[in-house]
Amino acid sequence: MIMKTNESHAVTCRAVRKHFGEGENRTEVLRGVDFHARLGEMTFLVGPSGCGKTTLISVIAGLLEASAGEVDVLGRAHGSLRGKERVEFRRRELGFVFQQYNLLPSLTAAENAAVPLIANGMKRGDAVKRSTALLDRLGIGAKAASYPRFLSGGQQQRVALARALVHEPRLVICDEPTAALDHETGESVMRLLSSAAVAPQRAVLVVTHDNRVFHHAHRIAHMNDGIITQITSPS
Amino acid sequence: MNFIALRMLMADKAKYFGLVFAFAFSTFLLQNQVSIFCGIMKRTGSQVRDVTDAEIWVMDPHTEYFEQTKALKDTDLFRVRGVEGVDYAVRLFKGNPTAKTAAGKFASTFTLGLDDATLVGAPRKMLLGSWERLRETNSIVIDRAGYDLLYPGEPLELGRVLELNDHKARIVGISDAAAPFVSFPVIHARYSEAIQFQGRERKMLSYVLVRPKADIDAVALARRIEKETGLKARTTAEFAWDCVVYYLKNTGIPVNFGITIAVALIVGLAVSGQTFYMFTVENLRQFGALKAIGVTNTRLVGMVLLQALVGGALGYAIGTGMAGVFFETTLSQMATRGIVLMWEAVAGVAVLMALVAVAVSLLSVRKVLVLEPASVFR
Repeated sequence: MIMKTNESHAVTCRAVRKHFGEGENRTEVLRGVDFHARLGEMTFLVGPSGCGKTTLISVIAGLLEASAGEVDVLGRAHGSLRGKERVEFRRRELGFVFQQYNLLPSLTAAENAAVPLIANGMKRGDAVKRSTALLDRLGIGAKAASYPRFLSGGQQQRVALARALVHEPRLVICDEPTAALDHETGESVMRLLSSAAVAPQRAVLVVTHDNRVFHHAHRIAHMNDGIITQITSPS
Repeated sequence: MNFIALRMLMADKAKYFGLVFAFAFSTFLLQNQVSIFCGIMKRTGSQVRDVTDAEIWVMDPHTEYFEQTKALKDTDLFRVRGVEGVDYAVRLFKGNPTAKTAAGKFASTFTLGLDDATLVGAPRKMLLGSWERLRETNSIVIDRAGYDLLYPGEPLELGRVLELNDHKARIVGISDAAAPFVSFPVIHARYSEAIQFQGRERKMLSYVLVRPKADIDAVALARRIEKETGLKARTTAEFAWDCVVYYLKNTGIPVNFGITIAVALIVGLAVSGQTFYMFTVENLRQFGALKAIGVTNTRLVGMVLLQALVGGALGYAIGTGMAGVFFETTLSQMATRGIVLMWEAVAGVAVLMALVAVAVSLLSVRKVLVLEPASVFR
């Protein structure tokens, strides 16, 4: 499957390969991934544990360097971005939701959600004001001043969602966002993600193996043994 | 990002306090030991510095420090007076006779015999009585610490009689002489009487005290005296420093203090380093999340450095406060009088602690720099 860069694509991967280690310890994790995620859509990346999903989103996010192949994100080829430029691109254009939330325990919910704005140079007061407004929209405005240890798993994931969205990134990457949540909470988090993050010039890429939330996807890329095996639509 | 760094630092109370107190105790020990060491070393030349009426000390060429005296010939005094540029030159005797009270308490003393006519070298800081009364027959001035040693627990009182080498001498003044290196009473008397207290020897002239004429440089005059008389001549500052150097070279004091200072530094570095390293390692996931979000390595290094510097600065402030309280409470005690918290120690330890904080953060920063931001997905 060879693909051309398309303006409607948020992510394009061409023959992406990634290995770890060398010699006898060399492990091929990605074996030539061809894949794209479209703007205005929520794309799921699904597959069994160890098939390379997390490595692929790490490569897409620019957190890992691909061993071979090309990765374009929001019209920028990873290969054309160097060091600081790549970090800055990630800071401005990408938002992350992690499986373990990764909230900073010493910051309140509003401060946690404001971190990307602060990292982008906004003053703390302004950033917290904006993140509090977003937390309000996500239904946990009342918990804005609470520390993560006083929040439930669902509330923490909403704060993480606010952190991923607060700086209005064009691509939101989520790693197993519902894995640590019960079905009802997971469903509500996905509804929020869908309503808040999917927009014509934005895209959401979700790694999950929680088939109870598949119906939120516009397209589902199935992955196995380091390659994309098929792309389906939930309908 | 600075507030995030500080919140992270203060969130783990146990490690935060551990870090601060490691810096605090290290600071306290270093300032304390350095100041005490310098204070003790300063005492070696305190009797030299106490003499303010003369600027040059003339002595036997082999004299290395104040306590070590080899008597000069009486004619040496006249030779020194003959050197051009000398305003006046007078005799000074230094001996160590034993003083005994009527109650039988006794102690070896530093007895200084001053020129009978001028009393050059007399103590200027008097607590009771007057140094001018040394002109009275069989009179002495004793320092406060010496008085307390010979008359423990008794109020300061003039008129008491001490026995020095079978000579009875009446206390006419109590001085605030600087503490000597050893805790002997410091007694001032007229030259003619002081030599009697010691027991007669063939030569008794310990030092010649010289004052240069108004427009004559003391250092230049000292060199001229040496050249013209063959004796050793040192300015007050030079001779006081000679005493310090002698003790540095010939006693185990610097080694003992050096060991304590090194231990304070090593323990401070090791404990604060280990605590801060553990703190960073336990927060790696948080640093990883920040890295993934797009915080640059430079910002992260800045955060780690800020955390170490704040921990160090707080510890330094507490340690300096502790040292200040220590010296303030010991300043009024006789045994430790004159030993103060030196500003040089405060400033020097500040620089040292800043370096320790930087070293400590460098140990930890590597962990943050090599951290794979993708690790937050695992």
